[in-house]
This record gives sequence, structure tokens and C-alpha cells, in this order.
Amino acid sequence: MAAQAADKGEIIQRQIMLPWRRSVQMSLNSIFVRLGRSIITASGIFLGTAFLVSVFTQTAVLGGRVHLEASEAARSIWLVVMSLLVATIGIVNSMLMAVTERYKEIGTMKCLGALDRFVVRLFLLESGILGTLGAVLGALAGFLVIAAISMIRFGARAFAHLGPAMVLRGQPVPLWIAVIIAIILGGVLAILAAMYPAWRAAKMPPAAALRVEI
Amino acid sequence: MSEVAPSAKEYIVRTKNLVKEYVMGGQKLSALDGVAIDIKRGEYISIMGPSGSGKSTLFNMIGGLDKPTQGTVFIDEVDMAQLDAFELAWLRCRKIGYIFQTFNLIPVMTALENVTLPMIFAGLSTDDAQMKGQKLLDRVGLGDRLHHKPSELSGGQQQRVAIARSLANDPGIILADEPTGNLDLRTGKEIITLLKQLNEEQNVTVISATHDLKMIDVSDRVVWIRDGKIERIENREEIEVRVGQMEGEEQ
Repeated sequence: MAAQAADKGEIIQRQIMLPWRRSVQMSLNSIFVRLGRSIITASGIFLGTAFLVSVFTQTAVLGGRVHLEASEAARSIWLVVMSLLVATIGIVNSMLMAVTERYKEIGTMKCLGALDRFVVRLFLLESGILGTLGAVLGALAGFLVIAAISMIRFGARAFAHLGPAMVLRGQPVPLWIAVIIAIILGGVLAILAAMYPAWRAAKMPPAAALRVEI
Repeated sequence: MSEVAPSAKEYIVRTKNLVKEYVMGGQKLSALDGVAIDIKRGEYISIMGPSGSGKSTLFNMIGGLDKPTQGTVFIDEVDMAQLDAFELAWLRCRKIGYIFQTFNLIPVMTALENVTLPMIFAGLSTDDAQMKGQKLLDRVGLGDRLHHKPSELSGGQQQRVAIARSLANDPGIILADEPTGNLDLRTGKEIITLLKQLNEEQNVTVISATHDLKMIDVSDRVVWIRDGKIERIENREEIEVRVGQMEGEEQ
């Protein structure tokens, strides 16, 4: 619905924009200025992914020489799923805190003309970047730890015969694919975890958001 | 200075029977009880009253920061309640500039970034935005502090950045909620002078909710509000300002 507004000859329009490059810039800025909080948020995914990848690596190394029992494999999966759940809940909590601390900032941005979806976008970007970074570093850490242990136990021959990292629907999955899956999973979980806190904050009327005193 | 077209709306803000009620602890509280105000284009109007009188609530209603329980707010004869999310955001981005008691600058951004943020929303390119932002900061006297973060600026300087930011997209209205509330006497006077200068230079309507009596001197009209109702509206000439009463607060 457009309406006549004659003071500047401007009709009330609907064009509000936030270029993606700017969004990424702003999210990165937020991450680095609050480095301590960012590290805490990312460490949940870091640890979860490290654990997941360590299980994959362990399976791959042992799979070349030891046949894993089905029950042992199932228990590993169970442990990994639990640890990822814990990591995700940690991120939800961390993002809820981050969002609550920035209610005033969110309210102010809406006063400057930000749409709800911009606010959500900024938080999801922040969370996604932290999650992916944490997952990459975690995957590296998980792999290196098991690699080091395996070298100590079996020497250099540890990596000579690598079995599959896991079996997905009957198909063996090589280690490097499993690691990539783990990293993507980390990033996606972080984004999912931030959705509820970000959406809830974006929906608040600016007056309520600005009234909050932390 | 742009000429006002003959068909231009005389009243830039109009409210009709504005009512705002809260429910707190099972009790219904009335913040605004039927407020009707007409504000002319280019006016400098102050809404004054003691704490809890409803001036901040009125500020929120006019600025579209909250919805009234009853009643209408017209900005340029457009009913705010009829606007969808995009149009409301556009309004806040382009037509209204907001100034707050607590400055509300984004702490992780520099002064220049703070001032250019609304321009980004309005679609300006980075270069245009930076040039305009620099000019605005020069105008408010902070040309040498473009890259300081809010934590590196004094209260008065932060409020100047906020004023520059409010002018980012050449709005028709500046809405100020207790702009001098967190400032000392001298800085407060500087801010009030700056607002008056901008009001005269750029013909931008200034609506200020305040209990700072220093604001009376620069206002064209003063609206006295108490307990959610308008007590009286006075033109500047009608107000008696007695020396010695300026420091106190009207009870």
C-alpha cells in the first residue's frame, strides 16, 4: 500500500535492503569484537565434532586390521549422537545469552529500519560461521589426536590400510567423506541452534527490546 | 532549502484518542488515556511531564515502536496501523530519526559505521554513505573522531553521533526521548542548541519527550502531559520562564 507523503515528494515504499556482503561483514565484526564469548559458543561444536571425527578415524584405522563388532559400532554411534546433542544444546544456550545481551542493539537496528529477517540473518550468519569454524578445527583436532595415538601404537603402518570410517545404509564411507559430513553437520547444527533465539529476538517490538536493561 | 508544495500536509504527525494500557501483575495500568496531538511540519515541539506521565509511551506510539491499545497515529496523514512490516521499516529508516537518552549506538561499530548504517538499509553505496556520513559528523563537530568506537567517546560526543545518525536519510522528523537525560548541564545545553540549529537549517520537525526545562527555550510549542492526559499546550511566547526555577522540576 503506497501513500502520498509530500514533504520530500516521497511515497512510502517498501524497499529496505541489507547486502549480503555487509551482513557477513557485520557478523564477522560481532564475532571478533566479542572473541571470548565467540570461543565459548564455538567450543561446543568444536568438542562435538572432534569426538565424532575421532570415532570415525578410530574406526577407519582399526577397520583395516580389526573387525568391529556390530554392538561396538552401535555404541560408538550412540555416544557420538549424545555428544552432538549436548553440543547443540550448548549452542542454543550460548546464542540465547548472546541474543539477550544484545536486545538493545536489536531494538536500535529496527529503529534504523532493519527488517526482522535482517536481524535473524545476522545471528544465523554469526552462528553458522562460528559453527563451521569450530567444526573444521574440531575435525582437525579429532583426527590429529587419534592419528598421534595410532602412530604410537602401530607405528607408521597405522595408515597403510584404512578401512571405512562408518557404514551408511550398507555402504562403506571412506574417512575423508565422513570428515566432510561431520564438518557440514557442525555448521548446520549451529545454525539450527540459533534459529529460535534469533527469531524470538527479532519479533520483539522495538519498544520492548529497548526497555531491557542488562 | 526545498520549497514545501502547496498540497503538502500541514501536520506531519497527528494522533487521535491514543490509549495505551498495560497489564502488570494482574492490574490494568493506563499509560496513555486519550491523547490527541497535531504537530506541524518544521515545528520544534517538546512533550514535558514528570516521570510516569506517559511521555515516553507517547514517544513510542509516534515513533511506531509499539502499538497503541486504541486510537490512531498518522504520519503525513498515513495511518501507521495500516502499514506492513516493510513499510514500517521504510518509515523508520527514511522518515523518522530516533535519539535516545542512552544514545543506543552499536558498541562494536565506529562512529562513521554507526552513522552510515541507516544509509546501508536505504540502499546507498558504501562510498556515498561514507561521504555523507563524514559530512554529517563534521556538522555535529566530530569530524576528527570518525573511527572512534562509542566506548572511546564521551556522553556528549556519543549523543552527537546519535544525532548525526538520526539525520542519515534526511528524515522529516527527529524523535528524541530524553536526549539530555544522561548529560551534564553544559553538554545538555550544547545538544539542545545543536538540535535547534538543525531544526532551523533543515526544516526537520523535532519532537522531544523530556523533563529538561532547558528545552523550553528552543521549543515552538510545549505540550504538558500528566497521568497519560494532556494538561495543556502552550506556545513559547505564553510560557513564563522565571530565573531560579530552571534547575528544578515541575511537580
